[in-house]
Formats: sequence, structure tokens, C-alpha cells
Amino acid sequence: MASLKELKDRIKSVKSTQKITKAKQMVAAAKLRKAQAAAESARPYAERLAGVMGSLAGKVNGDSAPLLLRGTGSNQRHLLVVVNTDKGLCGGLNANIVKEAKKQARKLIAEGKDVSFYLVGKKGRAPIKRDFANSIDRHYDTSDMRNPDFAEAEKIADDLVAKFEKGEFDIAHLVYPIFKSALAQDPTTVQILPVPTPDEIVESDAAVEYEPDEEEILEDLLPRYIKTQLFGALLEREASEQGASMTAMDNATRNAGELIDKLTIQYNRSRQAAITTELIEIIAGAEAL
Amino acid sequence: MALHFELVTPSKLVRSEDVHMVVVPGAEGEFGVLEGHAPFMSTVRDGAVQVYKTEGATPETIEVRGGFAEVGDKGLTVLAEHVED
Repeated sequence: MASLKELKDRIKSVKSTQKITKAKQMVAAAKLRKAQAAAESARPYAERLAGVMGSLAGKVNGDSAPLLLRGTGSNQRHLLVVVNTDKGLCGGLNANIVKEAKKQARKLIAEGKDVSFYLVGKKGRAPIKRDFANSIDRHYDTSDMRNPDFAEAEKIADDLVAKFEKGEFDIAHLVYPIFKSALAQDPTTVQILPVPTPDEIVESDAAVEYEPDEEEILEDLLPRYIKTQLFGALLEREASEQGASMTAMDNATRNAGELIDKLTIQYNRSRQAAITTELIEIIAGAEAL
Repeated sequence: MALHFELVTPSKLVRSEDVHMVVVPGAEGEFGVLEGHAPFMSTVRDGAVQVYKTEGATPETIEVRGGFAEVGDKGLTVLAEHVED
């Protein structure tokens, strides 16, 4: 049985942990609102760009299509761009992203493809390194970025496009969490390179004039589209991180509360027992006189 | 009638309003868009977009970088990577 002092110290330590988790929860809740708003205000751009892509991609095809749309013509080497968070304390979010990435990697390897990883964010490094130590192509550090920033997405996209043009890989997939709610963030995989042809090709009967011409516009548009996708992934990651963190910290705070209650009962019982023993000793002593 | 003008960046919808005319610095020269312009698509070079709220008004200029303009049935949409207010 733990002594009174030990119990008291234990309660004190759990209480201070609870304070930390509670603070982190409140911070995450405030940041979540901001991250969600940022994710929402980025939507119009992505939608319009996707619309334009849809109307252009239908017009340009065959060999005249730019490399980013046409691809290298092979599908042997795959690159998985895995977007993880930089900080922990967000429950199973990173574990889920890594699980999805590994699942995709195993599937591709089973099909006889070569797989390499391009890791964005710190938290994916260790777990992916454990299983695929030799196929990590690059870590991209986003830890000095406080809010998702288009310039950051631009750098990642430029890096990817440069690698693609050098022929370092044939197909790139982006693995990132999609923020559904504070409770649910689904890791998803989408192909980013070569840019998949949109499902719905918008057919307009109006004769659209292009300046310079379709191909040049498309060539200008494709890198922009990839940047937008990466930026979207960074925004989703931010919202997911804060959402998951809020939920995880809420649970932690509740668990700490339960533990404190249990320890307090135990503490009171031991204190009572000590007093009773003391009284019995006094009475017994008095009777013996 | 007026031209519906939208200016969008990756981080937000900067403008969405009805104006008289917009002059866009296209890759092959500036072009002005009035209401009822034929469907048109162009890349935009770095420069100033001039927005005329009403006919003859002093234009408001917005600096854009890395962009793309589309004129459709719904009006003019300028997608820009950066906008300097």
C-alpha cells in the first residue's frame, strides 16, 4: 500500500498533467477553427482551377499534350508523397496516415513496382523508415511553417516536378488526411503526377478563344494545379492535426480526471485508516494504565 | 448590366463583385473585358489588373503575380497565385 505522501504526490502530478492536456485541447480548438476557415477559403481557387483543367484537358490530347499530363509512358517507378504532421499529441492521426501509405506501398510492391517515399512532415519518418529504410527518397521539413503557406506548397511542387522531368519516377501519389470532423480524419491517396485527366470533361458549345494557345495555357496551368493540390493537402493536414489533437486531448483530460478521483478516494481511505489505527492505539494505551 | 468579376487566390476569394470593365495584363498584351465578352482564356503576366467600377471612373489597380484569366458566361474570373493589396 502506498504511503499517504506518495499518494499525495501522485495526485499532484496527475493534476499538472491534466492542466497541460486541457490547455493543449483549448489551443487546438482555437486553431482548428482557423484551420477550417483557411481550408474553406482555399476551395474556390481549387474548384475554378479544376473546372478550367476539365475544359482544357479534353481539347489537348495525344502526343502534343505536355509531359505532366501525358506521363513518361511507363508505370514502373512510383513515388509516394506522404504528408504527416510535425508535432505529436494528436492521437492516431499519424499512425493512420502511415498505415495507409504502407498499405499502398505493399500493394504496389506486390504488383512488382518500385516504390520510393517523399516524406513531408516529421512524424512519418521513423515509422516508415522502420519498414522501408532504403526507399526513402527525401524528407521535406515543414516544421518552421506556422500556417500552411502557398509558398511552401510551391517549393514541394517545384521539387516534385523537377524530379519528374528528370525521370526519377513515373507516377506520384499523394497520401494525406482529409478532415471530415474533429473525430474523423480519413487518410486518402490520390495520383498527382502525371496529372490525371478529370472525370468530367466540360463540353461547351461556345467557341472559346485561347491566348497564347491551348497547349501553352495547359503547360502553364499544370504546375499550378499540382501546387494547388499540395497546398490543399497542407491545409487538410493542418485542420486534421488540430481536430485530432483536440479529441485526443479531450480524452486525456477526462482520463486524468478519472484517475484523480480514484486516487483521491484511495488517499482518503488510507488517511482514515491511519487515524483509526492511531485512535485504537491511544485507547489501548489508556486502558492498559 | 455589369460584368461579374472574380479574383481568386489559393488562400482566399479576393473579389467577387459586379463592375463595369476590367483590364487584365494578358501574356500577349493587355485586354479589357466588358459585359458580354466572348468566351476567352489567357495566361496573365505579372502586373496590375485595373478595375473600373463605373464608366469613366478612376480605375482601382490590383497587383497580381502568376495568373490565369477566364471569360465565360458567368463573367471574368482571374486566378492569381499572389495578390498584393
